[in-house]
Amino acid sequence: MNRLAYNKLVDRFFKLAALAATIVGLVFLFTLVWDIAHDGAGRISWSFLTSFPSRRPERAGILSALVGTIWIMGLTAVFAFPIGVGAGVYLEEYTKKKNLITRLIEINIANLAGVPSIIYGLLGLGIFVRALSLERSLLTGALTLTLLILPIIIISTREALKAVPFSIREASYALGATRWQTTYRQVLPVALPGILTGTILALSRAIGETAPLITIGALTYIAFLPESVFDPFTVLPIQIFNWVSRPQKGFAVNAAAAIIVLLVLTLILNSIAIYLRHRFQRRIRW
Amino acid sequence: MKSFLDRRSRQRIFERGIHAALLLCASLSIFTTIGIILALFFETFDFFKEVSIIEFLTDTQWTPLFVDKHFGILSLVAGTFIVSLIAMCVAIPLGILCAIYLSEYSSPRFREVVKPILEVLAGIPTVVYGYFALLFVTPLLKSFIPGLSGFNALSPGIVMGIMILPMVSSMSEDAMHAVPSSLREGAYALGATRFQVATKVVVPAALSGIMSSFVLAVSRAVGETMIVTIAAGQQPRFSLNPLVPIETITAYIVQVSLGDTPAGTIEHKTIFAAGMTLFIFTLALNLISNWLKERFREEYR
Amino acid sequence: MVDNDIVFQISNINAWYGEKHVLKDISMRIKQRKVTALIGPSGCGKSTFLRCLNRMNDFIHNFRLEGRILYKAQDLYSPETDPIEVRRTIGMVFQRPNPFPKSIYNNIAYGLQIFGIKDRAKLDAIVEDSLRKAALWDEVKDNLGQNGLALSGGQQQRLCIARAIAVNPEVILFDEPCSALDPVATAKIEDLIMELKNEYTVVIVTHNMQQAARVSDYTGFFMLGDLVEFDDTKKIFTTPANKLTEDYITGRFG
Repeated sequence: MNRLAYNKLVDRFFKLAALAATIVGLVFLFTLVWDIAHDGAGRISWSFLTSFPSRRPERAGILSALVGTIWIMGLTAVFAFPIGVGAGVYLEEYTKKKNLITRLIEINIANLAGVPSIIYGLLGLGIFVRALSLERSLLTGALTLTLLILPIIIISTREALKAVPFSIREASYALGATRWQTTYRQVLPVALPGILTGTILALSRAIGETAPLITIGALTYIAFLPESVFDPFTVLPIQIFNWVSRPQKGFAVNAAAAIIVLLVLTLILNSIAIYLRHRFQRRIRW
Repeated sequence: MKSFLDRRSRQRIFERGIHAALLLCASLSIFTTIGIILALFFETFDFFKEVSIIEFLTDTQWTPLFVDKHFGILSLVAGTFIVSLIAMCVAIPLGILCAIYLSEYSSPRFREVVKPILEVLAGIPTVVYGYFALLFVTPLLKSFIPGLSGFNALSPGIVMGIMILPMVSSMSEDAMHAVPSSLREGAYALGATRFQVATKVVVPAALSGIMSSFVLAVSRAVGETMIVTIAAGQQPRFSLNPLVPIETITAYIVQVSLGDTPAGTIEHKTIFAAGMTLFIFTLALNLISNWLKERFREEYR
Repeated sequence: MVDNDIVFQISNINAWYGEKHVLKDISMRIKQRKVTALIGPSGCGKSTFLRCLNRMNDFIHNFRLEGRILYKAQDLYSPETDPIEVRRTIGMVFQRPNPFPKSIYNNIAYGLQIFGIKDRAKLDAIVEDSLRKAALWDEVKDNLGQNGLALSGGQQQRLCIARAIAVNPEVILFDEPCSALDPVATAKIEDLIMELKNEYTVVIVTHNMQQAARVSDYTGFFMLGDLVEFDDTKKIFTTPANKLTEDYITGRFG
């Protein structure tokens, strides 16, 4: 066999190997979805969604976890959105020169994005639970997750602001607008779809977080609904974890069913993000 | 004119207020870091008043919850290490092959369809992977490896590897994408095959970017919690056997958090000492990864 | 020394982008209610110079200016000067039309709203008046709710002019306003500029010498950061004093 034919053969073999590697991920994903659907779909019912947890798997439901998840998501969004956007705006629109402080903030945000989520749990335990005496409340959980997803929101806000053409800012300044008027009335509206997309993706990460909430002491068994932000809570991932950890087969089925609910919620959030991105990307052409 | 000036001076105060508020938002990230360090440091400091740092670093047993207490972080580190190693053995080869395929071989259409699907993998909550590792992958592996325990390092390691795969492939692909096409064209003009171009030109040129993704992937694996908590067990063990139950640093923190260990006791302080260890590991890895990324960016400016 | 006709008195300004010296010791007087054109090959500093006049260079982080620019009696670069007020008095129209991605109406109303004008009737009146002055009213009066970006390039540029007029400035700076437009649209803008000098002082940067000759009363020729020659437009284009100017306007380079 000559050199050229040999090279071609190696190339073809390598291409197949690379394609196979790509497909492994896809196969895995489909197996996972199929396995969970197979295990849990039959368990999903109205009473599963509207019952409290129970010692008997067939009577247990996810009501308190679902309500807790909705509370936590709402509160986290309320805290994280303004702070994250504010920080992104500051770094992108208010720092003309890169001084030491902004450099420091940037490096710091990059590093925070890589800190494991369980460390945020220890932070929440040390600061919110103990130092601020907020106990194992919804507020503690939401604040902890806020700190966890802030880097993601800040980074995506900055990307969205960077994509706004400078000519818009120039036009506004040339009319005698201040920095904030320009930012708030011209730049932010244009960047908003991108910012919202990033925020929703950040929230879809927060919705699946388990470890930091366990660390701050979120309960695993709750048979009541929280009435204020100072009440204890549980969330879907913790409920799933709790059921997975039990030996009885019935609880594993419950876990699979709860996973389906969790994945559907995550999917809804992601679809909204994708929809926003597509909807608004098309509209404006410069 | 007068009223305009009044307006301006009020406006100027308002602008200054906005500026201060935005600066506050941005500096919250600094406070977060300080908060993490303080929260970990104080309890860790207290911990080391009672346990010698030598014991912490050299003892090979970790039994703070038993009567005969040993505080050797090495067994948790070993558990973390073996799971991360398995995850990397899965994620790195698959990730790099996947990146090469998407960047050098695939049609744009295939890439557009496959890439977002792969990224779904990264968006699935980790507790779901834990379920899958414990109740699907482990039983499946057992049919090949009879000696495999119900809890082990192998199954969560593999699942974690797949979870991290999109991160490796997507970051590596971005790095390969940034390699100027003139380099590729030069090699193709000499009659090189795609394989040769990919392995001899593109990968070496993108190496620091690719390495950066590997290091970040290790950091993710080390800090990953739920998969190992669910599927790897709760038995700290100074061993690299992937077939038996182990415990990682993260799983230990969860284990104690779930229990009713009262705050202020030495048992409870252990989670902060373990957390500090984890934080130092991941911080070092993240810094290395960022450094590699910067280096890559400078090469192709 | 006090000459009411002079709006800008520019004395010995030098400017740098980082290490690059882009304006070299430039002095110039710009007269009220006249059109002053700045010409020269690209990269000669004419746009940089224009942007010094309303402090638009403030946004370029490595930009540095020395020397003095007086607007009437006010030093534009003294610490007491508020750049916001400067830009409100000295408006600007840019090279590429840059309407806001909003309705035609809101494009114009924005400049007024940020100065606290909320009265709808007043806004309506000024919007109509500005669009009429910018010779755009007849084309858009039935579609004021339409997005400004949906207009043609020439219409967009006239919208930008209307937007600048609406805040009632004293000076309007034009930075190559026709370079992105076709000849028909260009002719409309040129007519408009000649109209505008009845009410406003106009400074226009252009790479098109015929345009400078057609619309301006005074012309300055820039090259490599130097102001080579500044005089009556007629004189510049018929009997330039400097050999470089002559070479440029006769098309020997540039």
